Amino acid sequence: MEVTGPVTQRSVLDALERHYPVLLGTIRDRTTAKRRPFIRFFAGEADLSNEAPDGLLPDAIVLGAEVFVVVGAMAGG
Amino acid sequence: MSAVRLLIGTRKGAFVLTSDGSRQSWQVEGPHFAGWEIYHLKGSPADPQRLYASQSSGWFGQLLQSSDDGGKTWEPVGHDFAYQGETGTHPWYDGTPRPWQFTRIWHLEPSLDDPAVVYAGAQDAALFRSTDGGQTWQEMVGLRGHPTAPSWQPGAGGLCLHTIIIGPHDPSRMFVAISAAGVFRSADAGETWRPANHGLSSEGVLPDPDADVGHCVHRIALHPSRPDVLFMQKHWDVMRSDDAGDSWQDVGEGLPSDFGFCIDVHAHEPETVYVVPITSDALHYPPEGKLRVYRSRTGGHEWEPLTNGLPQQNCYVNVYRDAMAVDSLDPCGIYFGTTGGQVYASADAGDNWAAAVRDLPAVLSVEAQTLP
Repeated sequence: MEVTGPVTQRSVLDALERHYPVLLGTIRDRTTAKRRPFIRFFAGEADLSNEAPDGLLPDAIVLGAEVFVVVGAMAGG
Repeated sequence: MSAVRLLIGTRKGAFVLTSDGSRQSWQVEGPHFAGWEIYHLKGSPADPQRLYASQSSGWFGQLLQSSDDGGKTWEPVGHDFAYQGETGTHPWYDGTPRPWQFTRIWHLEPSLDDPAVVYAGAQDAALFRSTDGGQTWQEMVGLRGHPTAPSWQPGAGGLCLHTIIIGPHDPSRMFVAISAAGVFRSADAGETWRPANHGLSSEGVLPDPDADVGHCVHRIALHPSRPDVLFMQKHWDVMRSDDAGDSWQDVGEGLPSDFGFCIDVHAHEPETVYVVPITSDALHYPPEGKLRVYRSRTGGHEWEPLTNGLPQQNCYVNVYRDAMAVDSLDPCGIYFGTTGGQVYASADAGDNWAAAVRDLPAVLSVEAQTLP
């Protein structure tokens, strides 16, 4: 998926939602754009969930070596 | 031969059950949207193949789905339910002001005459309408703009708009029911609303037990031939109105408990009403562990238990407010689903029951379509 400009959580999710409008509101709150409480972001072995949305993502993601993973956190087993 | 299609919403997906007019054996399809809470799915009276489903989860929020083939295949439609204007606040459980916040769609009500028009009842309570088959939604701001709205407080299940009744003979007449605000009536197709709760009493719940709003109405139902006669299952009390909600009378005497969630009316007998008594607000299961549907053939003035085929011991399930439905065959079929995952069906107006399916996830809603 092509991302224009700096590759951040925000720009990646913006691109994802442009491609798949059905995902609007399912990963981020529509109004605040904050991550939904039970959604988590991972890449490699790193939990990026609490990183700033405008912080640059690791090079490995930008280069496609790592997948930016969006998961629903299935708490409690 | 006619057929019946049941649309079942559960905690972990939607199921579609079909049977011929005998309603003795049922084909089960599903789960659709596996893993998602399907609060409600309903078909358009104008096109029974057009279905709408409310799909939600605590993780991913709200989606909406539409089918044009009776539930075999589905396509996502619009799911942007945006409150209009200044959202304001309503009291939270502790009485503190809380901003209006969308959580989910509790109920979908397709228009009687246009398959592309559908209403949606939301939590926090608001009414939305789509005129393009669910692609886009607009809030009917007259309801949440009512002067009493800032005082609406949630019931245990949330501040939810759970019942929508259109017409039936006059589509400009609408009723909605909100927990825990009460019943509201519109005479202009949802543009403006007025409370319709006079005669409801919520002693021990409201500071003013006879207040105009603040009553925890669980469900209302009417028969199309009597648009001014409404029946209500409230948080305690089974009620009846003969004047379109202007006044209400208690008709729960004779029931083992007048607490419950669902209520419905026989398709051909306007004075025949069904409820499922539940022990209490603290104990959400049938009295004495006996699952009994109660029927009144006199509009609530006398009640009889219906038990043939229903478990009469060790049954501790609940039946939610949107989980009972009737078909329009003769004899009238009655259906309800339980939190234990059973869907019970009666092909003879409640005289006899059998499980159409068992062991589903907890059932949230049941709708019945009568197909040619």
